Amino acid sequence: MRAIGIVLAGGNSSRMEELSRKRAVSAMPVAGSYKSIDFALSNMSNSHIKKVAVLTQYRAESLNQHLNSSKWWDFGRKQGGLYILTPSITAENSYWYRGTADAIYQNLDFLRSSHEPYVVISSGDCVYKMDYNKVIESHIAKKADITVVYKNLNPEEDDITRFGVLKVLEDGRIAEFQEKPLEAVNNLVSTGVYVIRRRHLIELMEKSNKENRYDFVQDILVRYCGQKSFYGFRHEGYWSNIATVESYYKTNMDFLNKDVRDYFFKSYPSIYSKVSDMPPAKFNPGANIKNSLISGGCIINGEVENSILYKKVFVGNNCIIKNSIILDDVYIGDNTVVENCIVESGNTLKANASYMNRTGDADEEGDIKIVIEGTERYII
Amino acid sequence: MIIKTARGDSMIKKEMIAMLLAGGQGSRLGVLTANVAKPAVSFGGKYRIIDFPLSNCINSGIDTVGVLTQYRHLRLNTHIGIGIPWDLDRNHGGVTLLPPYEKNENADWYTGTANAIYQNMEYIENYNPDYVLILGGDHIYKMDYEVMLDFHKARNAGVTIACMPVPWEEASRFGVVVADTDGHIKEFEEKPEKPSSNLASMGIYIFDWPILKEALIRLKDQPGCDFGMHVIPYIHERDGSCYAYEFNGYWKDVGTLGSYWEANMELIDIVPEFNLYEEYWKIYTNNDTITPQYFSSTSRIERCIVAEGSEISGQVTGSIIGYDVTIGSGSLVKDSIIMSGSTIGENCIIDKAIVAESVDIGDGVCLGVGEFAPNAMNPKVYAFDLVTVAENSKIPAGVKVGKNTAIAGKTELSDYPDGLLVSGQSIVKAGDEQ
Repeated sequence: MRAIGIVLAGGNSSRMEELSRKRAVSAMPVAGSYKSIDFALSNMSNSHIKKVAVLTQYRAESLNQHLNSSKWWDFGRKQGGLYILTPSITAENSYWYRGTADAIYQNLDFLRSSHEPYVVISSGDCVYKMDYNKVIESHIAKKADITVVYKNLNPEEDDITRFGVLKVLEDGRIAEFQEKPLEAVNNLVSTGVYVIRRRHLIELMEKSNKENRYDFVQDILVRYCGQKSFYGFRHEGYWSNIATVESYYKTNMDFLNKDVRDYFFKSYPSIYSKVSDMPPAKFNPGANIKNSLISGGCIINGEVENSILYKKVFVGNNCIIKNSIILDDVYIGDNTVVENCIVESGNTLKANASYMNRTGDADEEGDIKIVIEGTERYII
Repeated sequence: MIIKTARGDSMIKKEMIAMLLAGGQGSRLGVLTANVAKPAVSFGGKYRIIDFPLSNCINSGIDTVGVLTQYRHLRLNTHIGIGIPWDLDRNHGGVTLLPPYEKNENADWYTGTANAIYQNMEYIENYNPDYVLILGGDHIYKMDYEVMLDFHKARNAGVTIACMPVPWEEASRFGVVVADTDGHIKEFEEKPEKPSSNLASMGIYIFDWPILKEALIRLKDQPGCDFGMHVIPYIHERDGSCYAYEFNGYWKDVGTLGSYWEANMELIDIVPEFNLYEEYWKIYTNNDTITPQYFSSTSRIERCIVAEGSEISGQVTGSIIGYDVTIGSGSLVKDSIIMSGSTIGENCIIDKAIVAESVDIGDGVCLGVGEFAPNAMNPKVYAFDLVTVAENSKIPAGVKVGKNTAIAGKTELSDYPDGLLVSGQSIVKAGDEQ
């Protein structure tokens, strides 16, 4: 009970293309049965953080539906709980959240009314496991003003320049914080996880609001970097941000790798999610599955290879699904071929159709085709 | 209707509450029920048998369910908990586990189905219901109890018995009723040798609570007081207000290893008679594992249902696989039920077996080899050519096991003469012989 948590889940990302048209990035489905925000929430819960606020703004319907009960992450307690904080009109202002810092500022009462000394700020669009207590311990030991968790990211795996890049000294102090630099000085990127003393956060937020500064990274981390003592905490385990189509595709495909699966699915502590009560997946004659993840409620009559099928996907006879991600509740008619695609949830793909990427070469970046049919379905 | 509670405020009266009889051992399931009560046995990959009546309750709008437990109830208790998966965690009502308890004057086990209800009259009185629904915990079916209640009310019945037509040759295994076209019961026969009807009681009753209460009190000294044997005949004789509600949906008794295996296998049919995929009559269960299942490039799967979190590298056909099951590469699993948490090594052949939860099967094991032979220990239970492996058992690498066999406990290579358990033999190492 040393800390409260804030999960920043308001965001849209233009690099998610059509996928973020109907939901916030934090509500993106990940790894067959999770939503992106489950990772941050489970980390909070597993780190014994009992009071957590989720700040939402952009297309939060899907997220709200997912968070409609806090019991799945064990937040449904008398002490603490899960708070969904959306922008609201008050006597003082009627603004949307104008930035991450503004979002926190507009909910300062949440911070003021807590008694825990520390705040863990996290974002809802990353896939990772982390014990935030370790970060808090380091924060206390270093007497830091803000501790930023960073990850040494392989530049071949992801685009470094879309993150905050850190220059970290030997003793862990952050010498420089560049947000989305044109050219990165090194591969150490901010994971969007910060620890800060609650009273200090309140002070900073009040001050930057007076100065009409609304972004946590630009107006706090970058601006104060030389002046205050910011320390880095290195995260060694798996970490991935899903906020572009390429990284979303790659992160999902990482789960076809046994090490990643064992780390997230089989080893302690668990990642929790809302239980959807799907029946077991069913494989009819004609089904043939190779190197794929299949979720509950699926009915498979065709071939599936190197793909991830989310909940309640129906695959018709003689279909071929290859190198693709099929999101929840998709119906795929007979004889249809889907290759190198991400099929948006709730779609109906007609029989005898073919969905391939633009060039037919899956190795080239940006060649994942997003399939949105927009067919309306009615409940009979 | 509003009634007063003990603390003086008002609460909603329950029109009908359900009492679910889940105390039976189910000895005809052999080693499967050595450590768990029959209602807690896995079914259909991720479910347990009791999930079906419990889900029916909540789907029928019944939010107060007393679960009567007696035999090995630990698994049931942890499974049901406070009823969250079924939405039965309620401020008023919800699910309550009712094991036998000691009283001032005596300390009796539940001696029969009706006796168990008699001992829990206080629980029922708390909710002041008009009707009480009595359910068994060992059948697979979907039924809207509300429709049955409407039938009950329309006929002004004292008791309504859910019945279904069964083949004539099987009728003598059940309690059968002779009823007129309106459902009014003329005659009631419990397991008759020469049945005069093929309408069999499904063990599902709706009683007017005052009528049931009167009968239970009157019959309280009846040893082994049972609904079919004593209560129904008593009410029938007294005022003849018994009605039969004919049910024509899917209903399956899973009391024997053969019928249990068959009912599981029926779920694999392309369009199964019992459909788990129905959106508005979901079957709920308590399940920690929510992760998707993985199929490696060496896997081959057809005509199966597979639950969450399993990792399949072998060839699986015509089988029911529970959650968190691992099947190694080169293995062949055929016409079998593999329950949750079990591990099957590489290059195994599993043919027509029931493998219970958390079983460890070593590399190269063959189950279901050789010729038919009746089981020497209990030929009635271990029939149907099945290999039955109890939960938490271990089978060492390389052994072969014949048909109609049973294995329980952590077996070692020395337990298998020449590495073979011939058809009809059993190894029961842990606990009592079942």
